[in-house]
Amino acid sequence: MFFRTDHLQQLLNTLSSKGYCCIGPQIRDGAIIYDEIHSTDQLPQGFSDQQVPGSYSLSQNSSLKFFDWANGPQAIKPHLFAAREKIWQSAQDADGKITFNTTEPEPRLIAIIGARACDIAAMKIQDQHFLEQEFVDPYYKIHRENLLLVAVNCSHPADTCFCYSTGDGPFVEDGADLVLTELDQGFLIDAHTEPGNKILEALTLENDTAEHLEQAASIKTNACKQKRSLPEFDIKKRLLSELKNGIWHDIATKCLSCGNCTSVCPTCFCHSEADVPELDGKSSTHYRQWDSCFSQGHSYIHGITIRSETSQRYRQWLTHKFASWHEQYGRSGCVGCGRCITWCPVGIDVTESLKNFEERRRG
Amino acid sequence: MTKPTVAVHKFSSCDGCQLALINLGEPLLVLTQLVDILHFAEAGPLDEDAKVDIAIIEGSISASHDIERIKKIRDNSSYLITVGACATSGGIQALRNMADTKQWITGIYANPSVIDSLDNSSPIKDYVKVDLELWGCPINQRQIINAIRALLFGVMPVEEHDKICMECKRHQSVCVMVTKGEPCMGPVTRTGCGALCPSVGRDCFGCYGPAENPNTQAMANRLEGLGLVGDEVARRFLFINSGAEAFHQQGSRTKETD
Repeated sequence: MFFRTDHLQQLLNTLSSKGYCCIGPQIRDGAIIYDEIHSTDQLPQGFSDQQVPGSYSLSQNSSLKFFDWANGPQAIKPHLFAAREKIWQSAQDADGKITFNTTEPEPRLIAIIGARACDIAAMKIQDQHFLEQEFVDPYYKIHRENLLLVAVNCSHPADTCFCYSTGDGPFVEDGADLVLTELDQGFLIDAHTEPGNKILEALTLENDTAEHLEQAASIKTNACKQKRSLPEFDIKKRLLSELKNGIWHDIATKCLSCGNCTSVCPTCFCHSEADVPELDGKSSTHYRQWDSCFSQGHSYIHGITIRSETSQRYRQWLTHKFASWHEQYGRSGCVGCGRCITWCPVGIDVTESLKNFEERRRG
Repeated sequence: MTKPTVAVHKFSSCDGCQLALINLGEPLLVLTQLVDILHFAEAGPLDEDAKVDIAIIEGSISASHDIERIKKIRDNSSYLITVGACATSGGIQALRNMADTKQWITGIYANPSVIDSLDNSSPIKDYVKVDLELWGCPINQRQIINAIRALLFGVMPVEEHDKICMECKRHQSVCVMVTKGEPCMGPVTRTGCGALCPSVGRDCFGCYGPAENPNTQAMANRLEGLGLVGDEVARRFLFINSGAEAFHQQGSRTKETD
């Protein structure tokens, strides 16, 4: 179906009337971020992004499109796997008895508008990790069960994008409730789920035309033309056979071991946990927060830091993401969003890091 | 039951870290129920030579009489905590360690003989054993409460030494280096401040000192790539924590090659 741009506010209003808090793209501090949204005026209409390794900027153009840009630093992940979340609280009463109380979050309906194919592919991996295991993570589950996704197909991938080569984009196949493709005058809109259908019913729609479909096809063709890609060789096999290669040390001379790559990665799920007691010592809150394989604590066990050097930490990240991840989740942990390339302060390019292993071998 | 005892001692410093305690508000009342504060000149109690369970030290060793004083405090205390950049790395006044102190004093003061100043401003750990270091310029309330609470439980607090970036990203702050090319020191600086400066759109200037495993050379290279000249790069390291080893070495190295 075809949904006119003039009617876009209807989508936000419909979601709100059904009790959803709308989270959508907007510009803050020079980047497109996802936060609460009430009006289409808040959307980054007419903005495009320029992304290269270690650099991100926005510029305004004469386009009337709302979603003509590639992803900013975050999208879905922080809304499901919170950066810092209370896990439980403990308290000691006057008799010294200790009680533990759960702090599961209150269910809140959230609709994320503008999620991209890479984000949804990443979410499916996080679903595997947090939900489809013997022990289900109740915190993630509450957020996830109350999520509605309005996805948008990518029209202009950034220079750092490579979702086409990982097979995760640029168009959304499944996993979203509604999928939009932004055309000149409006959107092609499809519902993929029953909740999506319910929203669709409340919108003013027109039949799509052959011209609309042609436009969408051409957008897809262009969006598949991406500057970066993963190397062709068997990455999993190669990485695991190159654990002692000097390339890890070469990368480590540049790597800051700062954890920016893992923090912006939509599939990274590592976290640390800590207790924060009240000053009076009578109660305490147990938190979990995003951690990274680039931190010292990540490999600290019984007085020993197993990966004290940056080369070991970078190797851990890459070999997990692209090799041992396959055994855990049946696929690579990379969805080609390119965030780790853009948001690396020193611009280390993961696709180049991987290609190094091929070129050195040839050399 | 007698309460654990605390003393707060000041050396060469601006008093800003002591304010983290004085400005606690209601928690300060809770704290006074948990411990007896025997010496804290800025807040009132005076007993410089009191034997205490926890001595909190602000400021660097900067004058000759400081040395005897800190040794005595060490002898009088079970746990000794340094708070802030001055006590932990020598502070901003450690910039003089790279200059000729005597020449400066002679150039500034009419009667230099009355000035008792060591050549170097040094961290407390150069003179006595330190049990716990709280970095920051200044430290914040959360850090000091966590530290005292942990010691009251009989454990050491969890050391916070990850890079600022980790906390910055948890806050969903947009990276000022990647979007604006700001010379942010976050990737080599120790966490603890809550990524305060980037959260208001400005670059971290390293006031919490070096993080664990800091790649200062890669950081220096990146700062040059952002357009800073050698001396400007050196001054990013040689600032609040110029006495901290990793920053001192990098700053000196960058200066030499400039």
